[in-house]
Amino acid sequence: MATETTQTRAPETDEAGQVDRPDYRDFARCVHCGLCLNHCPTYKLWGREADSPRGRIRQMFLVDRGEMPIDATFVTHIDRCLDCRACETACPSGVEYGKLVELARGRIEQEYQRPAATRLAREVFYRRLLPFPGRMAALGRLLRFYQRSGLERLAAELGLLKLLGLAARAELMPPIDSKFFSTSETQTFPVRGERRARVAFFAGCIARVTFTALSEATIRVLQANGCEVVVPGGQWCCGALEVHAGYRDVAREMARRNLDLFLREDFDAIITNAAGCGSTLKEYALLFGPGTPEHERAETFDSRVKDVTEFLDELGLVAPMRPLALRVTYQDSCHLLHGQKVREAPRRLIAAVPGVELAEMAFSDQCCGSAGVYNVTQTETSMELLRKKMDCARATDARVIVTANPGCLLQLRAGAKMAATRQDVMHVVELLDRAMGDPG
Amino acid sequence: MAHRRINPDAIAELERIVGRDQVLASGEELRMYEYDGSVETGRPDCVVFPSDKGQVAGIARWSNRHGVPMVGRGAGTGLSGGALAREGGVQVVFSRMNRILSVDYENQRAVVEPGVVNMDLSRAVAHAGLHYAPDPSSQKACTIGGNVSENAGGPHTLRYGVTTNHILALEVVLPDGEMVRIGGDAVDPTGCDLVGLFVGSEGTLGLVVEITAKLTRLPESIKTMLAVFNTPDDATETVAAFTARGVTPAACEMMDGWTIRVVESWIHAGLPADAGALLLLEVDGTREEAEEQAARVIDICNANHAREVRTAKDERERETLWKARKNAFGAAGRVAPDCYVQDGVIPRTRLPEALRRIAEIGRRHGFEVGNIFHAGDGNLHPMLCFDGRQPGETERAIATADEIITLCIEMGGSITGEHGVGMEKDRLMPLLFSEADLELMKRVRNAINPLGLLNPGKIFPVGKGCGEIHTPAAVGGDKRTA
Ligand SMILES: Cc1cc2nc3c(=O)[nH]c(=O)nc-3n(C[C@H](O)[C@H](O)[C@H](O)COP(=O)(O)OP(=O)(O)OC[C@H]3O[C@@H](n4cnc5c(N)ncnc54)[C@H](O)[C@@H]3O)c2cc1C
Ligand code: SF4
Ligand code: SF4
Repeated sequence: MATETTQTRAPETDEAGQVDRPDYRDFARCVHCGLCLNHCPTYKLWGREADSPRGRIRQMFLVDRGEMPIDATFVTHIDRCLDCRACETACPSGVEYGKLVELARGRIEQEYQRPAATRLAREVFYRRLLPFPGRMAALGRLLRFYQRSGLERLAAELGLLKLLGLAARAELMPPIDSKFFSTSETQTFPVRGERRARVAFFAGCIARVTFTALSEATIRVLQANGCEVVVPGGQWCCGALEVHAGYRDVAREMARRNLDLFLREDFDAIITNAAGCGSTLKEYALLFGPGTPEHERAETFDSRVKDVTEFLDELGLVAPMRPLALRVTYQDSCHLLHGQKVREAPRRLIAAVPGVELAEMAFSDQCCGSAGVYNVTQTETSMELLRKKMDCARATDARVIVTANPGCLLQLRAGAKMAATRQDVMHVVELLDRAMGDPG
Repeated sequence: MAHRRINPDAIAELERIVGRDQVLASGEELRMYEYDGSVETGRPDCVVFPSDKGQVAGIARWSNRHGVPMVGRGAGTGLSGGALAREGGVQVVFSRMNRILSVDYENQRAVVEPGVVNMDLSRAVAHAGLHYAPDPSSQKACTIGGNVSENAGGPHTLRYGVTTNHILALEVVLPDGEMVRIGGDAVDPTGCDLVGLFVGSEGTLGLVVEITAKLTRLPESIKTMLAVFNTPDDATETVAAFTARGVTPAACEMMDGWTIRVVESWIHAGLPADAGALLLLEVDGTREEAEEQAARVIDICNANHAREVRTAKDERERETLWKARKNAFGAAGRVAPDCYVQDGVIPRTRLPEALRRIAEIGRRHGFEVGNIFHAGDGNLHPMLCFDGRQPGETERAIATADEIITLCIEMGGSITGEHGVGMEKDRLMPLLFSEADLELMKRVRNAINPLGLLNPGKIFPVGKGCGEIHTPAAVGGDKRTA
C-alpha cells in the first residue's frame, strides 16, 4: 500500500523548546501483546483493533513515522479514545499511553483541519473560555438564568432539545450553583484542632461554578483533620481539558501561571478533589522539555500535588465521625485509578466511616463514559458506557455511589436519573463531611 | 505474499452477508490487522466481523466462490503469527461473537461463542464456585476460540491439563462452508476423536463457531508458595525431585535471576532481587489435601537447598505473586526495545543441563537470555532482549533462538509447548518430523481443507523449492515479543 504522506513532520519541539513528540522508546515499549484489549471500553464495545489501545498505538506510531497520514480515519479513532488510561493499568510493559495520546492530539490540533463548525466551537471553548475565570463565571450566570428562569422547563416541554438531538445532554447539564466558589482573592481557612499541615487547595475552573458545595466540603474535611487550607487567589484552570484535546500551548500557559502561584510558598501539599485535574497537575513536567527552567519547577510542583483522598489517607483521619448506616459502592475515577494509580486510599476512607458498608461493584475500574468532555463530544458512546455502568451499580444494591471526580459525579447523577436507580451520588469527601459534621 | 485486490462486487457481496459497516477494506484499517502478539506480519485484503455462525458459513461460501483465502482471528495475542493473513485474503474476526450462550451449572459445562475472553468465562461462573481451568498467561485477553485453535496451556496445565482436556464439543464451519457439530456431551465420546483433531489445528481445519467447554470446580483450598534459590540448578533439581518423589503441584513455574530483577523493578511483588531462581508453586484440593501437599513440597524444596520458602498469606498475596508471573514477558518490554520470546519443550529431567546450555548459546551470541517457564512440564520460554534498530541484531536474535530450539530437539523435546507453529516455526518442522510424518499431516489437512483456503501458509514449511524464505518483516513497530 502506498501511503500518502502529504503532511509535514511537526517540529520536534514547540516555540519554547518543549518536547511535543514522543520518543521511539515510548512506542517501542509496546510489544503488541494485546493484554490491554479487554480492558479498553471502546474495544469492548466495538471489538475493533483500531479502537483498541494496541491499534491506537500502532496508528500513532505509523503517523509519527510518516507512514500513515493524519486523516479523518486516524482522527476518528484517536477522538474516540476516552483517555481513561485503563490500558496503562493493564499493560505489563509500562506503556505510557496517556502521554502518547495527548501528544498525538497535539499534533492533530496543529496539522489537521476539522470541519469549520467543530473547529470554531473547539477554539472558542479551549482558547477563549476555559482559560478565563471571569468568562467562565459569566457563562455560569447565563446558564443559571436558563435553568432558573423556567426557560429550561419550557425547552423541555416543547421537546426542543430532543428536536436538536440534545436530549441526553440536557440530563448532563450541570446545575449551576447560586453562589460561585470564589478564587479571585486568596482565602485562608483556619485549622480546627491541632495543626498538622498547611495545604493549598486547587479549586478547578468548572467546579467553581457548579461544585461549590463540594469545594466547601473538601475544605471543611481538611480543616477538621488538622489542615490549614489556603486557596491562592488568581488561580487558573489546570489545563487538563486542553491537554486531552491537544491544545498544549494553552495548557502550558495555564501551567506557568499555576506554577508561579502555587510555588510562592512551600505548602505541605497542593490538594485537588478532582482526579482529572490531579493527573494533569501531577504531570506538568511533561509539558516542558527537560532542562528548561519550568521543567524543574514543574517537577517540584508535581511532587506536591495530592488527590484529597490520597492525602487524607496518608495523613490519617482524626476528626470524630458519627455512624452512617449506609450501603455504598465505589466507582473508581479513571484518572485517580489509572492516571494516578490510587486505588486503596478512597476505599480505606470510605471504610473508615462507622456504619458504612462498602459493596464492590463489578467493573468499578472501567470508565463511566464521562471522560472530561467525552460525554458531550461522543455522546452516544458515552451513554452506552453509562448504561452498562448503571447496571453494575444497581446490582450492588447500594444506596449511594461514591466516586472521586466532579465529572464522574455529573455523569453518574445523570445515569442514576435516566436509569431510575434511585441512588445518590457523592464524592468521597462529601461522605466524610456528612459523617464528620453537623452540616450547616 | 500475493496481495490481491478483492473486486468491489465481491466486497459488496460480503457486506450483504455481515452488514455494511462490518467490512473493512481500506488500506489504513487493514494495517490494524497485519500484526498479532508475535514477531510476524501479514496483511489481509479485507476484514469482516460476523455476529453469528450463519454469517460465518456465508463468509466461507463466499471465500469458495471467489477463491479468496480466509483466516480466523480471536484477540490476536498469538505468539506464532497464527492469525495473520500470510497470503492475504479475508480476515474473519470473532470479536463480536462473544456471548456466553448458556451455562449448565449442574453438569458443569458452558456453551460459548468463540470470541468470549477466557477470563470472562471464569469470572461469569465464579459465583457458582466454578471456573474454566486452562489459564494461559494471556487469559485476561485471549479468546476461547483462539485457545481451542492453539490448544493453549497455562501454569495450571500441570494439574488440570491443556485446552483439549476441557472441550466437550465444537461447532465448526468447514472450509467449504458446511457447518458441522463434533464431539458430544459425554466425556469420552464414541467414534473418531474429531474434537481432538480440531483442537490445536491452528485454525487450518475449520472456523470454530461454538464451543461446549467443561467447567471445573474451584478447589476448596489453594496454597501458593514462593521458593527462593541461590542458583538455577537448585531450582531445576527441585523440579526433578518432585517428579522422582511423585509430587505433582497444581502449578510449578520457574523464573531465573535476570527475570526476577526485571519483573520486580516493575511489579514490586517483593521478589528477592539477589536470588538465582524462584519457583512459584501451587497445590490445591480439600483443606487437608492442600496442607499435606504443601508440607511435602516445602520439604522437597528445603532438601534441595531452597534459601527460603514463603507461603502467600491471603488471596491478595497470591494474586500479587501470580501477577508477577503473568506479566513477566511484558515487563521485559521495559528493558529493551525488542524482546523475542521462544517456546520449546525439553524432558524436565534434563532441565538443569538445558538451562546451562541455553545460557551458553546466549553468551556466544552476545545476548542475555532470561528464562521464565512452566517448569513442571518442561515448557521453556527463553526471552531474548535486543534492539532491532541496531543493524544485524534482529538476525542475530533469530539465529540465537533457532539454535535454542535446535537444542530442545536434540535433547529429546519439541519446538513448541503451547504457542503453536504458525508462520514462525514452519521452517523448523522438518527438524522434528520426518518427511513421512509431515506428509501424513498434510493429507489430513488436505482432506478437510482441500483447496487450502483456510489459513494457508501455516504449520507446514512453505515454498519448498521455490525459494521463498520467510524473514520477519522489519516494518513499523514490530517487536520480537510475547
Ligand atoms: C503475554 C502472553 C502470554 C501468553 N501466554 C500463553 C500461555 O501461557 N499459554 C499459551 O498456550 N499461550 C500463551 N500465549 C499465546 C496466546 O495467548 C494463545 O495462543 C491464545 O490461545 C491465542 O488466543 P487469541 O484469541 O489471541 O487467538 P489469535 O491469536 O487471534 O489466533 C490464534 C489462532 O487461532 C485461530 N483462531 C482464532 N479464533 C478462531 C476460531 N474461532 N476458529 C478457528 N480458528 C481461530 C487463528 O487463526 C490463529 O491461528 C501468550 C500470549 C501472550 C501475548
Ligand atoms: S499497550 Fe501494553 S498491553 Fe497493550 S499491546 Fe502494547 S504492550 Fe501489550
Ligand atoms: S485510554 Fe481508555 S479508551 Fe483510550 S485506548 Fe486506553 S483504555 Fe481504550
